Amino acid sequence: MSLTFTLDGKTIPFTEGQTIIQAASAAGVFIPHLCYHPEFKPHGSCKLCTVKVNGRHTASCTMRAAPGMVVESDTEEINAERRALTQMLFVEGNHFCPSCEKSGNCQLQATAYHLGMMSPHYDHFFPSRPVDASHPDALLDFNRCILCSLCVRASRDVDGKNVFALSGRGIGTHLIVNAKSGQLGDTDFTLDDKAAQVCPVGVILKKRRGFAVPIGERTYDKAPIADTVTEGK
Amino acid sequence: MALNAMHAEAVAGVVDRVVARHRRDASNMVQILREIQEACDWISPEAIDRLQETLGVPRTKIEGVAGFYAFLYTEPRGQYRVLFSDNITDRMQGNRALMERLCNSLWVERGKVSEDGLVSVGKTACTGMCDQGPALLVNNLAIAGLTEARIDAIAELIRGKVPLADWPAEFFKVEDNIRRADILLTADFKPGEALRAARARAPDEGLMASNMRSWREGLPSGMGGPIAVLDEIKRANLRGRGGAGFTTGLKWEACRNAQLKPGHRRIVVCNADEGEPGTFKDRVLLSTFPDLVFEGMTVAAYAVGATKGFVYLRGEYRYLLDRLNAVLARRRRDKLLGENILGIPGADFDIEIHVGAGAYVCGEESALIESLEGKRGTPRNRPPFPVTNGYLDQPTIVNNVETFAAAAMIALKGGDWYAGIGTKHSAGTKILSVSGDCARPGIYEYPFGVSIRQVLDDCGAKDTQAVQVSGPSGICVAENEFDRIIGFEDIPTAGAFTIFDKTRDMFQVARNYVHFFQHESCGFCTPCRVGTSLLKNLMDKLHNGCGSPYDFAEIEKLNQLLQSMSHCGLGHTACNPVLDTIAKFRPYYDQRMTQQDFTPAFNLDRALAAARQMTGRDDAAAHLSTEHGGAA
Repeated sequence: MSLTFTLDGKTIPFTEGQTIIQAASAAGVFIPHLCYHPEFKPHGSCKLCTVKVNGRHTASCTMRAAPGMVVESDTEEINAERRALTQMLFVEGNHFCPSCEKSGNCQLQATAYHLGMMSPHYDHFFPSRPVDASHPDALLDFNRCILCSLCVRASRDVDGKNVFALSGRGIGTHLIVNAKSGQLGDTDFTLDDKAAQVCPVGVILKKRRGFAVPIGERTYDKAPIADTVTEGK
Repeated sequence: MALNAMHAEAVAGVVDRVVARHRRDASNMVQILREIQEACDWISPEAIDRLQETLGVPRTKIEGVAGFYAFLYTEPRGQYRVLFSDNITDRMQGNRALMERLCNSLWVERGKVSEDGLVSVGKTACTGMCDQGPALLVNNLAIAGLTEARIDAIAELIRGKVPLADWPAEFFKVEDNIRRADILLTADFKPGEALRAARARAPDEGLMASNMRSWREGLPSGMGGPIAVLDEIKRANLRGRGGAGFTTGLKWEACRNAQLKPGHRRIVVCNADEGEPGTFKDRVLLSTFPDLVFEGMTVAAYAVGATKGFVYLRGEYRYLLDRLNAVLARRRRDKLLGENILGIPGADFDIEIHVGAGAYVCGEESALIESLEGKRGTPRNRPPFPVTNGYLDQPTIVNNVETFAAAAMIALKGGDWYAGIGTKHSAGTKILSVSGDCARPGIYEYPFGVSIRQVLDDCGAKDTQAVQVSGPSGICVAENEFDRIIGFEDIPTAGAFTIFDKTRDMFQVARNYVHFFQHESCGFCTPCRVGTSLLKNLMDKLHNGCGSPYDFAEIEKLNQLLQSMSHCGLGHTACNPVLDTIAKFRPYYDQRMTQQDFTPAFNLDRALAAARQMTGRDDAAAHLSTEHGGAA
């Protein structure tokens, strides 16, 4: 017997143990997300993928699908909440899309477009976050960090290196690097690491490749982020 | 002795000693870091080097944990680290002026370390001394009942570099202030009595402890003893005293029935991370009735078949640690802890105390478990719940201090006796921590069903405007609601009962609480991490005279977002004080909406305050005349 739940009225099949977002992606339905990545254990922190299950808000990346669930996702109410979260991420860090070399390849930017975000809305925090250019091949621009912990998980679970971790608390939470100096150049990080590939924003950047692909020809310039879900299938 | 300049070898020696004491077990990371700091004054890069070597864990893990807890320092904070409790009650008792006095006296700027590296003075969340405030912590030891004279004496001791051990003992005296006692606080109870009563209640063949089930799986009839205890707890209709009110019997049963993986065991955790501002009843239970609490934990262990117990003691109650450990040692000697307790085969149980390090969020049970495991205190994704996958993935019950005390009394006197006290839906008694504007602040134990008005009368409160029940995450009760009752059917509470008379500005009360939540947000999820900061900024904006109806609408929108999108209870309840005070004390907000239209929070004149301070000027020409409220 096949298992199904409904997502915005559409019947979605799933297999035992799948989360809502996994089942939705497999069925070609996009749910906005930033800290979720299909290859990693879900984190559930960005809350962008929040849906309503039987009327209750829950993160779709951590909630397992169950038969007969009634899930709402693409509604005006939920999208407005997701838009507010996206605006929060924008004002919390320092995001200047026009001058950012990740522009067009950035999931935060693409998600903001998807959700129709027209302004940051809230007052900017303008935190002071120095850049780390110590590594010969990679640059860390913490200004753009959204604390999704994908690099943490990739370095720990795939690379076996623990190059990255989160420290601090609350609004002071920040990414740290595994070296006494705190500098990436003093770690065993390389561009071949999985951790070098997963940053959804522009924190971990390869040096000397900034504008190799011109703006206008980048991932989300060609197709909006919602279309990537079917590509991944 | 300049401890901040300890030699690397000396630091390594301390680290090795502490790590060895903790059996090189990285799941004791929080305890290891706390003990290193107690010896070295801070956690230096050299200490982290050595830890990394001896524990074999990545540096990032150590720094990530150390960076999470407010009482762990990876920068030097002085040989004397003074933190003033900054709950609203401390404010009402004048803590700010006393902090100023100490800073001036020691020639140190608030939040900074003195130039000679001797002392730092800062503030911290409620330290649980609201009935005898204002209070402070010095190197995590509590000093209550602060006066100007005491502050001056403290300054003198610090200047004279007198070791804490030689400070006057009366400074560290903490009162119980028990004003009304009922079944728990009058418990005429001899250690071991409740366990013996529990055993006596079981049929003869049922003396097997439930943890023997692992080799007799599927034979619940062979465990009459534990089942009899569980039945009594259920019959007592005991519900959790930490605030949420979950049925204790169901929790215990779920843990007992959880499948054990090979090598796993069941765990009993006592949540003594009493961080809710205005609550201090667990402090009194632990300081004066520790046997009752430990016995309740042992009863729980017997009922669920647990062999390992933890008390998670909040860092602010560090001063209780040695005393509690002495009680545990005595109980071991008396065969009330250890193997085959009271001669019951397989009834093995022991208790270890972990001390927190300044993180309110660790009162949330899954964050508490993370912290017990030596990690950052971030609440887990649930399900699975702790009863099946708790401490190190083992079935775990987490209960409040008061719940265990009640469980011990139920084991002693039976569930029917207990269920007969209180109301139909709320059995037993509740201990209230009464503070604020009243003649007799302290501890009041009532049967459930007592009205707010009765408590106010008993504690000598006059002209009361509002009572914050159960702390900032609870509910703010206005005068027309004083006939409501304490109980799960009306006003549930974890115990805080903070009284505000008519001279108090309820906006400032809410603003203090919003600052608290902002400080205590763990930072894991976006809505709480950023939302509590935005909320704080908006409340400050209103306070600074830049508020307009626009900001008011923004506050309400943020509140909704925090409630719907946050990861845990902290975010869900962070807006309660604001929502309640808006609903019940609207005029305090209205008078702050001095602007008709949107006005920026940034105020140029206020921004120039730093320049005025530096130049020592405050004349008219040093100020900008602004159209809207410049005065901060």
